[in-house]
Amino acid sequence: MFNSLPILSTLIWLPIVGGLLVLAAKKISIPFAKWFALIISIATLLVSIVLLKGFDGSQFTMQFYEQKEWISAFNIYYSLGVDGIAVPLILLTTIVTVLVIIAGWEVSKEKIAEYFAAFLVLEGLMIGVFCALDAILFYIFFEGMLIPMFLIIGIWGGPRRVYATIKFFLYTFFGSVFLLIALIYLYLTAGTFEISALQLTKLDQIQQLFIFLAFFIAFAVKIPMWPVHTWLPDAHVEAPTGGSVILAAIMLKVGGYGFLRFSLPITPFASSQLAYIIIAISLIAVVYIGFVALAQRDMKKLIAYSSIAHMGFVTLGFFVIYKLAVDNSSYAELAVQGGMVQMISHGFISGAMFLCVGVLYDRMHSRQIADYGGVVNTMPKFAAFFVLFAMANAGLPGTSGFVGEVMVILASFKANVWFAFLAATTLILGAAYTLWMIKRVVFGAVGNNEVAKLNDLNPREFFCLSVLAGFVLVMGLWPAPLIELMDASVSHLLYQAYQTNLP
Amino acid sequence: MNTLDIHSVQSFSGLLDYLANSIVLMPEIALLTAASCILLLGLFLGRTKEIVTYLSSLVTLVGMFFIIFMKQDAGVNLFDGMYVVDELAKFIKLLVCITVILIFIYARPYLIHRNVAKPEFYLLGLFATLGMMVMASAQNFITIYLGLELLSLCLYALVAYVRDSNDASEAAIKYFVLGAIASGMLLYGMSIMYGITGTLNLNEIGLYLANINDFNIGLIFALVFIVIGVAFKLGAVPFHMWVPDVYQGAPTAVTLFIATAPKFAAFVMAYRLLNEGMQDLHGDWQQMLIILAVLSLILGNVIAIAQTSIKRMLAYSTISHIGFILLGFLSGESFGYASALFYTLIYVLMAAGAFGVLLQLKARLKHDMRDVDQLVDFKGLGQTHPWLAFIMLLLMFSMAGMPLTVGFYAKLYVLQSLILSDFIWLAVLAVVMSIVGAFYYLRVIKYMYFDEMVHSLSSQKELTSYILLSINGLLIVGLFIFPNYLLNYCIKIFY
Repeated sequence: MFNSLPILSTLIWLPIVGGLLVLAAKKISIPFAKWFALIISIATLLVSIVLLKGFDGSQFTMQFYEQKEWISAFNIYYSLGVDGIAVPLILLTTIVTVLVIIAGWEVSKEKIAEYFAAFLVLEGLMIGVFCALDAILFYIFFEGMLIPMFLIIGIWGGPRRVYATIKFFLYTFFGSVFLLIALIYLYLTAGTFEISALQLTKLDQIQQLFIFLAFFIAFAVKIPMWPVHTWLPDAHVEAPTGGSVILAAIMLKVGGYGFLRFSLPITPFASSQLAYIIIAISLIAVVYIGFVALAQRDMKKLIAYSSIAHMGFVTLGFFVIYKLAVDNSSYAELAVQGGMVQMISHGFISGAMFLCVGVLYDRMHSRQIADYGGVVNTMPKFAAFFVLFAMANAGLPGTSGFVGEVMVILASFKANVWFAFLAATTLILGAAYTLWMIKRVVFGAVGNNEVAKLNDLNPREFFCLSVLAGFVLVMGLWPAPLIELMDASVSHLLYQAYQTNLP
Repeated sequence: MNTLDIHSVQSFSGLLDYLANSIVLMPEIALLTAASCILLLGLFLGRTKEIVTYLSSLVTLVGMFFIIFMKQDAGVNLFDGMYVVDELAKFIKLLVCITVILIFIYARPYLIHRNVAKPEFYLLGLFATLGMMVMASAQNFITIYLGLELLSLCLYALVAYVRDSNDASEAAIKYFVLGAIASGMLLYGMSIMYGITGTLNLNEIGLYLANINDFNIGLIFALVFIVIGVAFKLGAVPFHMWVPDVYQGAPTAVTLFIATAPKFAAFVMAYRLLNEGMQDLHGDWQQMLIILAVLSLILGNVIAIAQTSIKRMLAYSTISHIGFILLGFLSGESFGYASALFYTLIYVLMAAGAFGVLLQLKARLKHDMRDVDQLVDFKGLGQTHPWLAFIMLLLMFSMAGMPLTVGFYAKLYVLQSLILSDFIWLAVLAVVMSIVGAFYYLRVIKYMYFDEMVHSLSSQKELTSYILLSINGLLIVGLFIFPNYLLNYCIKIFY
């Protein structure tokens, strides 16, 4: 029934066009625009479920392939397709967007229609990133994403929003312009922007080195890796709740996706040569940023730093494959899958954590840990959710946070015991900073009069958090469907990553 | 190519032939006639002369557009090769006509509001258009210089158009003095070149240069002066001093004129001189252009950050865009020129839009005749004028070269031509500088959307210009989605 429908184009354009229509719908009435935005986001979610239904996880080839010539002068095609790596990320995007819209229902008083429109446009662009098979199309979505996010932080953000949003924009822009140069260079070498063709292009060592570095700057800033992570805490702190959720849950994943789509397959030789550096930076992120998180007084900042530490796991998983002995290829698969699972799981957990902070912020207008204490006494339901997500963030077995971490640690153990040792400190540090925050915010005696007056979750908030809690638990207890979904694609990726692509 | 030569006219019928073929010149002749008639007409009209001049100028330009589009066939060479009508000339003329129509429509509400609406604005504009058309077709030092001076003199007068404004007079004097020096440099270079080659015709100079083998310091000397003259007119660093002062001092309507249409003429002048005349000195002028482009990119972008006046900021941003256009020239190959032409076109579209938005806005107080010029004036524009602010947002993102706007392709194309000719370091420099540039473009957006209003501006309630401005703004996105036609046209011209 859906075979004739270009599903990927629908997924991209439905929210973008819908977002623009929301702006028009505002003229009719604000509630209408809100409901319209919700309907669009749910419709997009349904289309993405159709995508999942129709997707064949046993194939590594690009499915739902669409191609049209777009700009003949530059040989740019509008070509879309998904594999097992992109599909989970697209679903993550559509699910989280619906939740963000529900969560923002009554939160933003000002310009609510514009707020929803920005998120819908952003959703379309993010899905575009995961679908694009043409390098310039990818770049267009990759960069285009910045525009709505820039506006979301700048218009609806906190007191230092201007500083934060310009820093966010310039940092990411800085990273991506080198990506553009590398892509043009590849185009002039290979004669095409088709990513699959670029992955087969032979490049000598020097070329690979520089192209790898250009990719690395772009994706390292986006994911973000230490030491180019400093935009993230600022952006998170100042962004409105929905902005933080999208930023943490999806935008950071674009960096990880970029490593899988560009760095490993196009410049495998350089990746293997420089894997040590990436692994070292990842471990610094895990350990050092873990300590930094411990010292935070602002809840959002703490979660932002914890995101950086968790993303360290992702890059560790992706690059540790080069340090494994050849006969350990099953562990390589484990490592990459672990990184992917970590990305998806972090999408749910960090999104949920930011929503929790948003729930508190809406009531108290403060994110400082010191302003709270004993929230469990007045908000027991909320406290239960918050503790669950905190546990998941700390990597408690049975939650999704555990699965990815343990897969990556197992694989790194095979590569080098010290990698595993350093990576495993996250289980201590993560527990320390998250649970300490929980202890100070949720438990203990009621901190002050304002806390005593707090109301517990309303049904809307309860719904959002329980959906996320469901995903966190299901993924933690039964991750097999997710892993099967990407199994074939990851094996193919590893095959590509173990080539040299040297002439 | 159909070459006509006055010496070959031996008989009366030959003369008729010659004149008939001169009809190729019809657009220019018609424009001159029309402009002169409108000028005379003004003598007999009373208070209606402004509106009559305005309308008849628009009619003239629209007519001109269609005459060029339908009648001026490409591939004709007139008067001993002094005057050439090729695809490039035709395209540039069409673009100039459209741009000047746009300028007139944008400018009129502003001029009326400030009580300075006089026929001179349109008349000087028409004569400047004639100058640009001559430049578009000039293939001889003399014709180039004629066109250039006709354009420049009109622009000097336009800058000083509001007589009782001190700023404008100061800007006009600066523009005139520096422009005259530049013309002098250009002429000096041309005369040396003439002395060496014995001809003023660019094609013959090209032939001469192709046939000499030994190094001639005189040629380089001439080349330096010619490049300086071109750089002055383009406003490339270090010959940019006039740009910020003139942009800021001139009435915004005139700034709009200076910032847009003459860039086409400057492009075509640079192309004819450097490519058709001195292709064989490519290695030498490439070095010079690298210096000009690098300095323009760095200085333009960095100094723009420090500006508080929008017009001045846009002036420095123009300088940086000129740097990008010059980067396109570097390769000396067709794809490079095509990228430079495309960049020029997109730049003009963006600059017209940006100044168009400025022209739409009026200062708050009724008697405040100040131009809307300070960045802080834009505070809260997103609330008071959502649509204008949105157009400005698109323009700013486009100038920064962000995807989802056509500015991205302009940069992409130039970068591609740079990498193709192995100037990767220049491509890296260019993108790093566009990050610096992004900062001040974002700041405009910040003022419009993130800041609270300090004093509300009102806007001109004039429908035509408003609609046209909307189209202009939407083209930024529209051309992003459908760039093929325009891009392929730019490429076709040079192949």
